[in-house]
Amino acid sequence: MAQHTRAVPAGTPTDVTQKHTEGGVGASTLRPDGTLKVTGEFAYSSDMWHEEMLWGQALRSTVAHAEIVSIDTSEALAVSGVYAVLTADDLPAAKNYGLEFRDTPVLAYGKVRHHGEPVALVAADHPETARRAAAKIKVEYRELPLITDEASATAPDAVLVHEGRTDRHASHVPHPNIVHRQPIIRGNADEAAKRADVIVRGEYTFGMQDQAFLGPESGLAVPAEDGGIDLYVATQWLHADREQIAPCLGLPEDKVRMTMAGIGGAFGGREDISMQIMASVLALRTGKPVKMVYNRYESFFGHVHRHPAKLYYEHGATKDGKITHMKCKIVLDGGAYASSTVSVVGNASSLSVGPYVIDDVDIEAIGLYTNNPPCGAMRGFGAVQACFAYEAQMDKLAAKLGMDPVEFRQINAMEQGTLMPTGQVVDSPAPVAELLRRVKARPMPPERQWETAGEGADVRALPGGLSNTTHGEGVVRGVGYAVGIKNVGFSEGFDDYSTARIRMEVINGEAVATVHTAAAEVGQGGVTIHAQIARTELGVTQVTIHPADTHVGSAGSTSAGRQTYMTGGAIKNSCELVREKVLEIGRRKFGSYHPAWATAELLLQDGKVVTDGGEVLASIADVLEDEAVEIEEQWRHRPTEAFDLVTGQGNGHVQYAFAAHRAVVEVDTELGLVKVIELACAQDVGKAVNPLSVIGQIQGGTTQGLGVAVMEEIIVDPKTAKVRNPSFTDYLIPTILDTPTIPVDYLELADPNAPYGVRGIGEAPTLSSTPAVLAAIRNATGLELTKTPVRPEHLTGTL
Amino acid sequence: MDFLRPASWEEALAAKAEHPTAVPIAGGTDIMVEINFDHRRPEYLLDLNRIELLREWEVGEESVRLGASVPYSQIMENLREELPGLALASHTVASPQIRNRGGVGGNLGTASPAGDAHPALLAAGAEVEVESVRGTRLIPIDEFYKGVKRNALEPDELIKTVHVKKADGPQQYSKVGTRNAMVIAVCAFGLALHPETRTVRTGIGSAAPTPVRATAAEEFLNAALEEGGFWDNGRIITPSIAKQFADLASGACNPIDDVRGTAKYRRHAVGIMARRTLGWTWEQYRAGNGRTLEGAA
Repeated sequence: MAQHTRAVPAGTPTDVTQKHTEGGVGASTLRPDGTLKVTGEFAYSSDMWHEEMLWGQALRSTVAHAEIVSIDTSEALAVSGVYAVLTADDLPAAKNYGLEFRDTPVLAYGKVRHHGEPVALVAADHPETARRAAAKIKVEYRELPLITDEASATAPDAVLVHEGRTDRHASHVPHPNIVHRQPIIRGNADEAAKRADVIVRGEYTFGMQDQAFLGPESGLAVPAEDGGIDLYVATQWLHADREQIAPCLGLPEDKVRMTMAGIGGAFGGREDISMQIMASVLALRTGKPVKMVYNRYESFFGHVHRHPAKLYYEHGATKDGKITHMKCKIVLDGGAYASSTVSVVGNASSLSVGPYVIDDVDIEAIGLYTNNPPCGAMRGFGAVQACFAYEAQMDKLAAKLGMDPVEFRQINAMEQGTLMPTGQVVDSPAPVAELLRRVKARPMPPERQWETAGEGADVRALPGGLSNTTHGEGVVRGVGYAVGIKNVGFSEGFDDYSTARIRMEVINGEAVATVHTAAAEVGQGGVTIHAQIARTELGVTQVTIHPADTHVGSAGSTSAGRQTYMTGGAIKNSCELVREKVLEIGRRKFGSYHPAWATAELLLQDGKVVTDGGEVLASIADVLEDEAVEIEEQWRHRPTEAFDLVTGQGNGHVQYAFAAHRAVVEVDTELGLVKVIELACAQDVGKAVNPLSVIGQIQGGTTQGLGVAVMEEIIVDPKTAKVRNPSFTDYLIPTILDTPTIPVDYLELADPNAPYGVRGIGEAPTLSSTPAVLAAIRNATGLELTKTPVRPEHLTGTL
Repeated sequence: MDFLRPASWEEALAAKAEHPTAVPIAGGTDIMVEINFDHRRPEYLLDLNRIELLREWEVGEESVRLGASVPYSQIMENLREELPGLALASHTVASPQIRNRGGVGGNLGTASPAGDAHPALLAAGAEVEVESVRGTRLIPIDEFYKGVKRNALEPDELIKTVHVKKADGPQQYSKVGTRNAMVIAVCAFGLALHPETRTVRTGIGSAAPTPVRATAAEEFLNAALEEGGFWDNGRIITPSIAKQFADLASGACNPIDDVRGTAKYRRHAVGIMARRTLGWTWEQYRAGNGRTLEGAA
């Protein structure tokens, strides 16, 4: 689209010491898997096959909270074609796994804690046989009282979802059904409130969103002759999986060899273990390769979702538009198992203030254990829920002060040097006011186009779209703004690193590089970016990306917007070391022939060693001949600190990312149907390593934010804690007709601490998109709208 | 599960007579979902895909004989003029891929209240031609829907064609879903003006256990139009008539609360759609100087 603009302020450091290389950093190289994915030829993890392969199938609980009285597998075992039927009693070693706490049973024992929890496993020679056999397993449950919200979780006599907790947060939480609590106290909110001319309060509700990635959970476990297992699976972090899998199999980690299989998408939904352990256990038990593939229905139960949240906010401001203080309480429902709830709580708390300067705050975020579906990582990770609430508050404050909502935000916008409520200094560019200015300055899309289009009028441009519900009747336009702040990378003192192995050698007379990392390509663009960095740093054209596996060190998770920063940083670092090695060999071989080998700054460019003046000293092929240079090194971002458990103080985050949106919507106010016309985004990306990918990420994140604004929600029946809509028939995600024009305006203000100045980009647009759409709908309807997603019932008073 | 593959209509009828529990499959867009989700496991599937006549249609003097398997995309492309209401309804069916496979026979066979074709068939006035080895009969659409996912077919009968009256006036169709395409109806409304008989017919989808007509609304409107001489003078329908019609249409609903929407919203939305579709069709009628032949789309 021609409307994307890019602004690079003069003098921005970009940290590219190597000269320009074709297809290097900054080029919009195309994804090698793009065409395959569009034409349906890409091999996903569900497409794998192995001779003698069996199919695994889990039986999942039909109730949300119950003691398991008995499990009778005899009928299932009697089905012809069945090789194994396992329950928790048959597990070979550790029975639990988990990202932060090891609280999640591979197969439920004692009790089930949520609807759809795996209880038993079947391996059979055909998937249908496995499915039917699983249906013949008889489980007797004795139902327990349900914990479904804060009130039922924290009641004095509440049933404990997990008894006898021993995790690192067990000792400080106010109730055993609270996974983690993170307060942040800074200044004196009560005192500051006395200075406020206006005070606004709000209660907000954020629905449970699903990642809805392509390619449901699937993989293949192959038992090896050495008693180990070779596991091919689509995941976000091979090494973290392995750390959890190996103890459950009773194997040392080196006997669990993992290789990344084709991934559709992830959005956080593949951070937790899904079928990995189940398939491996079946494979070890039967001695045969076992494949497991969830269908979409099972997938809704097979991964964690975005935490639904209740948010209570109070803000004050003076007449001149300065925010005086903020108090908030954020209650995140973590569901039955902890997953990454601890970190989500840390994020929600530390980012609850938004990208604003507020010196006096009183913040509390808690994450609950309940019998609802487990929640964990999803794009935006705790910051999304907070942004939805604080941006609604900003509009309320502006309205109460009679100020323009954008100007009001700009008055209070943070900038480089601002202190976060945690006491951390925002020490790289934070162009919050500028991003807002940019989205506001955009021309508005034309109004009531259907009236001027005449015969060419298309119902698809109207709310209701193809369903032909309005020809303009009841349609009102609304405009809304929002801006958000997201941390990038793993926070709170986590030792976050990535590893890259770079090999440089000469093949058929040409210098080529191989990049080997364990990084998951979930769509973020590592497949292009890793090669681009190698080209830039090593001056070669041919770069091979080795499949990701555990034969190389950990790359960390493809999440938190960290992979270009972290694995990109690791590749850059290892390439620099390889380059030094190549030059060293060159000096040894040819140093005596030309003084520049010793005196000049040397670069690798177009397969040659050149001086910074451009003089060619030798070809890399001549330098290396038969020698290969290979280096594997870990690379870390600067360290962070834990947040104090009482005050919330600490330099907890690696980097901050900012995006702003302007939403233009048209609402059929009589039917309560919404058409988002345009969602303009402005974002600082630090450095666009691949501009095409940058725009794709921003548009994708924006659309995912739109989804939870107007349609996406996993509906859990509060009376049974059962999921009511586990399918794409009733869990709706935006179609292309729901996706507006998304003009993108990106800034490249380098972060001096990050490789090439990059800033994580994938998450920030997901934050501000939702509240911008909500603000626009409020603007069109005059309704308060405190819950997302907005349903037609909310807009028509027909709940 | 046995898969029966008759080569001809006669063989299909014989197979259905022999195996009355056999479930017919044509596009498979509904039944395959049920089978995949294990909601249903029929003893026999009766594949109708080899039977060419089910994919044919014939435009006659009075009506269109529409083969049960004619895909929605064909209806949209080829029968827009004769069957404007059904063509509009076809537009709202799922995705292009599904519209290339699914046909009206499937909607009628499943008889789900959410089937997109029903309100249009009710409004246009249709008859379902069903056949068994015992013979053929025509079931008026008003008598076809018998309960939630139950229709008037005998166990040995198959749906062959649907006879839909050719439009003699404007027709409209609206459907509410919570997304702008590819969505199951929260509720739907079809309306057809029949200037030849000076009547209005309606159809409501997804707002009662079966697809229904808003009979009281139709009767009220027929009387009001007659009384005011609207069919002849082509005056704009007064807001009070439109409102009463909308209220009566709303009152014809007997909806439930479910995951897709509340009963209250469904009643409300049917009223809005009734008022709007009446406005659109009447405008078209007026624009055609008392009689429009152009169709609605």
